[in-house]
Amino acid sequence: MTSSANPGARKASEERLDEIRKAAADAALPLRNAPVSHPQIRGKESYYGLPVLKAPVWTWEVALYFFIGGVSGMSAALAFAAQLFGGEAALIRAALFVALTGAVLCPILLIADLGRPSRFLNMLRVFKVQSPMSMGAWILVAFSGCVFVALVAFELTQRGYAIPLVIGIRWAAEASGALTGLFLAAYTGVLIGATANPVWSHNRKAIPPHFLASAVGGSGAVLELIGFLTPATQLLGFVAAVAETVLGIYFELSRLPVNSPLHRGKSGWAFRIAGTLAGPIALLVRLLSDSASGRRAAAICFLVGALLSRYAWIWAGVASAKDPEALFQIQRKA
Amino acid sequence: MTISAFLTDATVCIGCKACEVACKEWNEVPADGFVWSGLSYDNTQSLGASTWRHVMFLEQPQTAGPQIADTKDPFRWVFLSDVCKHCANAGCLEACPTGSIVRTDIGSVLVQKDVCNGCGYCIVSCPFGVIDRRPVDGRAFKCTFCYDRQKAGLIPACAKACPTQSIQFGNLEELQERGNNRVHELRERGYEDARLYNPLETSVGGVHAMFVILGEPENYNLPPAPEVPTIYLKSAWTSALLSAAIAFVIACVAFAH
Repeated sequence: MTSSANPGARKASEERLDEIRKAAADAALPLRNAPVSHPQIRGKESYYGLPVLKAPVWTWEVALYFFIGGVSGMSAALAFAAQLFGGEAALIRAALFVALTGAVLCPILLIADLGRPSRFLNMLRVFKVQSPMSMGAWILVAFSGCVFVALVAFELTQRGYAIPLVIGIRWAAEASGALTGLFLAAYTGVLIGATANPVWSHNRKAIPPHFLASAVGGSGAVLELIGFLTPATQLLGFVAAVAETVLGIYFELSRLPVNSPLHRGKSGWAFRIAGTLAGPIALLVRLLSDSASGRRAAAICFLVGALLSRYAWIWAGVASAKDPEALFQIQRKA
Repeated sequence: MTISAFLTDATVCIGCKACEVACKEWNEVPADGFVWSGLSYDNTQSLGASTWRHVMFLEQPQTAGPQIADTKDPFRWVFLSDVCKHCANAGCLEACPTGSIVRTDIGSVLVQKDVCNGCGYCIVSCPFGVIDRRPVDGRAFKCTFCYDRQKAGLIPACAKACPTQSIQFGNLEELQERGNNRVHELRERGYEDARLYNPLETSVGGVHAMFVILGEPENYNLPPAPEVPTIYLKSAWTSALLSAAIAFVIACVAFAH
């Protein structure tokens, strides 16, 4: 277009073209010897910092499942412990009911997370000891069956059917419910610990106690919130909060690069807040007040912390998979 | 049983991406988005559910290499076509809870797509970050080693399409030897950082897709010491069972009071 269409432009002339050429040449000169500006890979660096590993694809259901599985599994163990030591019937019933509620919710959450939910039964095609996911599917099936039978038998004995057969079934179902419940609360730590994910596999020995501490405190807290403000649930709350505090300090002091997802970013902050809620805060609230409202507050703090820490572990796995240098460092050391 | 293998040689790859195209077309792998990465000519970036061959483009400040662009400012351009390693001890296979992932008669690791329910556990169990879940579809996918073609007596599509024989296909022992000879030859010719990537000394126990590379494995996002996650089972389960026992003792103590 002519200059009339663009009043700001100078009129084209031979002088103007010379000016343009000179300006371009001046600008280009320093670039001739400039270092390359595009990304380069040096030394033992990763491929442009791109992730080596794939991040877990698990959605929100899985972390919630870890939490509910822990609470309900441990509830079955509490019910059996109470039965063994002559605990009150109402508490045993409530604990079994919590366990059964979890046994109903857990499969729903797991199936919802599948890429092909309609194929959930394929989980029971094989029994693979070397796959914690396969073991978990079988544990969950066994747990659901045990706590269902246990609760039915328990109700029958309470309603005038306390014949030896029913009592025998109740004991057997409660015992196996407790055993499978403990496995349910524990195996999820193995599930993420025995993977190729750096922050998970590096902490494979510390994650199971962390999950179990949350399960003990969580199942006790649920019973407290239902109304069982007994010395037993108080003791469970104390022990779990102390365990969470100790583990929180341990994870905070583990400053290796592989653990940076536990200290930095979204997962780091979630992990810290979760640990503080379930550890020192729940402990302090319990120490400061043993009133009903104080214990309920402590129970809620613990449950929120325990739930958040499951999400924090998943998020930490996502962050860890995106850090190739931490992976390389841990492999070079080994 | 002969074990099929790939030997992919970075020193003769020209970065044409014919392998990527051939793989996509033969296996009817869907498109998975297109981005300008700004990382050399690599707009594929990584292997994934819908990328079973991935050509890497390494720009490095080195002088010994096949594509040397500038000798004054040290610079070389190396290409390598990455693929599923078909590990001797495969993390994905061990982890799969449905039995969908199997070891085939040619020694490869195959996902049976009519069985996979998309649980996602193989994804966190692969030490190479190869297998992934395909969004929308929901199942896990990775390189099939063109099992269908091999059963019909054909070589994998990527190897067939490769114009420089950078992707070589054959049986494992023969290609291992060929790889070692190639590295020896390259070193004699001055490529001092040439090496064969095949993690035989780790728990993975070697791979059926080996690579002749220049420089460090890390530069190609190849883990220097990949481990199959099953080696972590013993310590993790021990910790889990101990913790569970302690938790039950605590419960008993609480109710015994």
